[in-house]
Amino acid sequence: MHEIDQRLLEESFKKYYFDNFDLIHVPDRPSEREFGYQKFNVGMNRHISLKSDKELHLLLITNIPSDVYCSNAYYSFPTLPMAEKDWQGADLIFDIDSKDLNLNCRKEHTCAKCSSCNTTFQIQSSCPKCNSTKFDTKSLTCNMCISSAKDEVTKLYDILTNDLAIEEENIQTYFSGNEGFHIYVTNSQYQKLSSRERSELADYIMFRGAIPETFGIKKFNFEKSSFPELNEKGWRGKVAKQIIGSKSKKPKVIREIIAGNYTMFQKKLDDLKDVIGAKIDPNVTMDVHRIFRLAGSINSKSGFSKVLCKNIEKFNPFTDACLLDDETIEIKASCPIQFKLKNRKFGPYNDEKISVPKYAAVYMICKGLASTA
Amino acid sequence: MINLGQDEIAKYPFLADAGQYLKDKGFTLEQFDTDPDLQLIIEKAYHRIEIAADGKIYKSDLIDDKAGKDATLPREVFSFLIAVVLLKLCGMYSLIQRFSLAEARRAEKYLEKDLANLSDKTKEELAVRIIKELFSLNVYKQNDYFTISVSDYLKHSINFHEREWKLVNRRVEKGMVQLTSHETVRLIRKELSNYITSKIHSIHTPPMSSGFKKPVEKLIMLAKKFSTQTISSTEYPPCIKHAIEVLEKGENLSHSGRFLLGTYLLGQGQTVEQIAPLFKNAPDYNEKVTLYQLNHLAGSIGNATKYSCPSCDKVKSQNLCFAIPECDNIINPLQFGKKKTLNA
Repeated sequence: MHEIDQRLLEESFKKYYFDNFDLIHVPDRPSEREFGYQKFNVGMNRHISLKSDKELHLLLITNIPSDVYCSNAYYSFPTLPMAEKDWQGADLIFDIDSKDLNLNCRKEHTCAKCSSCNTTFQIQSSCPKCNSTKFDTKSLTCNMCISSAKDEVTKLYDILTNDLAIEEENIQTYFSGNEGFHIYVTNSQYQKLSSRERSELADYIMFRGAIPETFGIKKFNFEKSSFPELNEKGWRGKVAKQIIGSKSKKPKVIREIIAGNYTMFQKKLDDLKDVIGAKIDPNVTMDVHRIFRLAGSINSKSGFSKVLCKNIEKFNPFTDACLLDDETIEIKASCPIQFKLKNRKFGPYNDEKISVPKYAAVYMICKGLASTA
Repeated sequence: MINLGQDEIAKYPFLADAGQYLKDKGFTLEQFDTDPDLQLIIEKAYHRIEIAADGKIYKSDLIDDKAGKDATLPREVFSFLIAVVLLKLCGMYSLIQRFSLAEARRAEKYLEKDLANLSDKTKEELAVRIIKELFSLNVYKQNDYFTISVSDYLKHSINFHEREWKLVNRRVEKGMVQLTSHETVRLIRKELSNYITSKIHSIHTPPMSSGFKKPVEKLIMLAKKFSTQTISSTEYPPCIKHAIEVLEKGENLSHSGRFLLGTYLLGQGQTVEQIAPLFKNAPDYNEKVTLYQLNHLAGSIGNATKYSCPSCDKVKSQNLCFAIPECDNIINPLQFGKKKTLNA
């Protein structure tokens, strides 16, 4: 990132932090958590202890980090090296990211930026200007992305509250500050689970590794298979609803399944994974030492804030998480994708000088599609 | 310690305090050396280990959980206790392991039966208590099945590699997993076996006496059958082949893919300098960064933690597993191509 852009982002972030102390708090049991932060163009600083909001606010103002993190784990000695921290447990965390959802809309709002000459172009095999084959892809999230990510949050929420008996008041959903949502589960029977156990829990939530026998299908006596009832709890009921649909259709559907074979049913289950499983990132859930973006802080991938979603259905990140001010800034933008922030449309911009509100300027600079230079 | 009746001790002899039990019955270990009547017990104890070593479960003299005659119950317990003495004296780890597993499986049968005992509620309660006190696992009865919490289930089930034990293949409702009595008990087999092993290890080795000498020598001979030989092949497992192919094609290999490849090759004894060129085709290749990261994995920089190759389970969860039949039964990519064969 160009130094002058970095300065603009730092000034904008600093102002945001200064004006919004009421939005940024240390989580519960702060003295048992590990904090970390990154500055622009500098590596990660971690193993930090912050015991109060005051200490956190001081860190934000004095260091002006690009990103701030806090562990979901609790330690006896959070500032010591990892092996000596004495891990005590960790909140369950889930990351749902629209870029992992294989959405059709993605290609419509993704472009490429050449690593050699910085030209922005529609995705193709090489840069139209210098023919280099090395380029980064840049994507701006759209409403469809957010809506699909919300669907996954809803699926996850259902599994957490019904199958895993987690109380609603112990689940908090946050917009990640970029392309998805972060879900936290606190005070549950799952706090002490190890990484391997969390990985297994993630497989459950994603409906990975299901076998036909679980749904009454017999490998060797296939025709004698029995099927779950529609009103059963857990995956058996969900699979029955998906495959059978309604009670009246049951005999017909069962005849069709019996006409097939075991392998065909396994294939059906594998396909269902994408429909009924919640698409979380398993690597996040199984990581018990992660430092996860701090709520209220700005995500330097977008300039949006990580904010609590009290009503996920109504939540609109392009207004509710876009919290920088609207001071006019002049930038040079190469942003071939149109986007909407705070109900105002921007772009497309073809390598042109423009004056836009700070929140839009920061958004494009964070995405690598504009510069003040 | 759980208070047990005579027939319960015969079923679960590992729960007894060995020294105290002998004392209560009016015996000392020395008597086994001199009393010809007690020779039978030593023979029985040897037989009990031999059966276990063969991978079978010792057939008890207990009939329908009750002693056939008065002498049977103590004999059952004695043969277990003397088997432990013989194992301590011979000190062969492989035999202790096999014995513990076989005894765990034997106890498992009784636990399962007790758990499902509809006519005698005290038996069910005892089984539930044994499971709770030994393994901190709370089991609840609900209609025809048993339930345990999802978190407890996960702690035990991750030791199994069969897909039927995956949580996704279990009936889960309101944070509880439903199991049959057989499944409940099967879930703790490994812990039960570990419990018996640790109990054996914690017992003080008694001095060798002439009565034990012969069976101990026989046990040392028996243990030799179980030494293992390893045949290695130089072929890479499919997950590693895939990672190398991706890099060769100049495509992006995910962070976890790079971690897998790096730790695998380091685990195979390759040096950082030998491995680094593999990453040359990566779209974001930077020699300095690659060397830094590989050195970090090798533990030669940073906090000197040496990272090990992730398990097959983890590789699977990262969508980096491309298992082939030759992967059968391995739990870590590093085991690929290393076939263990018994000398027997």
